Amino acid sequence: MDDLTPAAPSASADEKQTGFVVDLPAFNGPLDLLLSLIRDEKVDIYDIPVARICEQFTVRMRMLALDDAADYLEMAARLLRIKAQMLLPRPEGLDQWEDPRAELVRRLLEYQQMREVVDVLERLGEDRRNRFARSWRQPGAPVPPPPLALSLGEMLAAVDRVLRQAREPQLHDVVPRSLDVDGAMVTIRAVLALRATARFRDILRDGAEPWEILSGLLALLELARRNELRLAQLKPFASVEISRELAGEAA
Amino acid sequence: MNSLAKLLEAALFASPRPIPTEELAALDADASPAAVQAALDELREHYDVDGHGVELADVGGGWQILTRAEYTEAIERAQMAVRPQRLSAAALETLAIIAYRQPIGRAEIEEIRGVNVGSILKTLLERGLIEVTGRAEGLGRPLLYGTTSGFLEQFALRHLEELPRGDELAVALRPQVVAT
Repeated sequence: MDDLTPAAPSASADEKQTGFVVDLPAFNGPLDLLLSLIRDEKVDIYDIPVARICEQFTVRMRMLALDDAADYLEMAARLLRIKAQMLLPRPEGLDQWEDPRAELVRRLLEYQQMREVVDVLERLGEDRRNRFARSWRQPGAPVPPPPLALSLGEMLAAVDRVLRQAREPQLHDVVPRSLDVDGAMVTIRAVLALRATARFRDILRDGAEPWEILSGLLALLELARRNELRLAQLKPFASVEISRELAGEAA
Repeated sequence: MNSLAKLLEAALFASPRPIPTEELAALDADASPAAVQAALDELREHYDVDGHGVELADVGGGWQILTRAEYTEAIERAQMAVRPQRLSAAALETLAIIAYRQPIGRAEIEEIRGVNVGSILKTLLERGLIEVTGRAEGLGRPLLYGTTSGFLEQFALRHLEELPRGDELAVALRPQVVAT
């Protein structure tokens, strides 16, 4: 592989590169690399010598330590495929033979066209960047709200209104009722041990309190997540079918 | 300068963003569109002919008073204003594709660029250069992106049509490409 070492190595190739190179100063992706190859090799874009370009492409990939970059690998694979297709004999008498390179040429031209637009944008952007507007601000930054025009009297009146509304605070006693998800899970397992399917209401006792219903629901979801049971609702608002998950039992 | 030109100058000076001609016209109910245009021309000429450090520019769908480029470095050296960061080449490529093909989904952009553009789209969204304009009809209803008025502003474009048309580019997609 010694003959693949570049004659004029770039600074980055000098050092031993390992792993994936994120910052590629020279190339913006495989199409960019391919285009520059086509320029360097001075070949006609409408009649690309695929074998030669494909070889050069893989050589450059190695030079630039791009072997790990998926986008480049994909392009290399694509080139190899085109090369293989070119080698296949063309069906005799079929006028409709489509050049396997056509798709690649279309993409390359499209990319090239886009690069020209980039040049235009770069020039325009630089032009604008070099001129300041009166109050330059970070693009996209929100405009600060204008200061409030408010007299002291108006503000005090507003405070008074708020205080009058909130004069009588209403106090509630909040009694913490912790959920018992583990207990509900035990219940559900017991129900499902007796029967293959059940309804949501089967796993709750009559007159269950909200915390019990909530615990039951959370337990159901948890067991479903652990693949111990399967939940199904045949139509909207129908009662939920709970059934044993056979796969879960095997696991 | 006539009084309308002075009024426009004051408004342009006060505004942090470009003001479209119609909004400028609203400053004076008696002024005809032609009078507003004439006043803008007068103001621009005033800056250009008399020699000012600022100029009147038609940017991003509106008018704006901008400093002249030759003073940028001095202003920046004195840290009185900072130029916005340059966009990376990758970001510009993505932006160019969106500008021409909008509304366009992420997959199509990646098809043209040949690389992943997820993080670049995020950056462009954050910088207010592109926005989500809707969803495509196809599988997964992917998000579609388009450029914003901030994009026009940052590239001093009046409208998208100011960008070169496809057939004006040196490498146009010619029909003979398809069949060889």
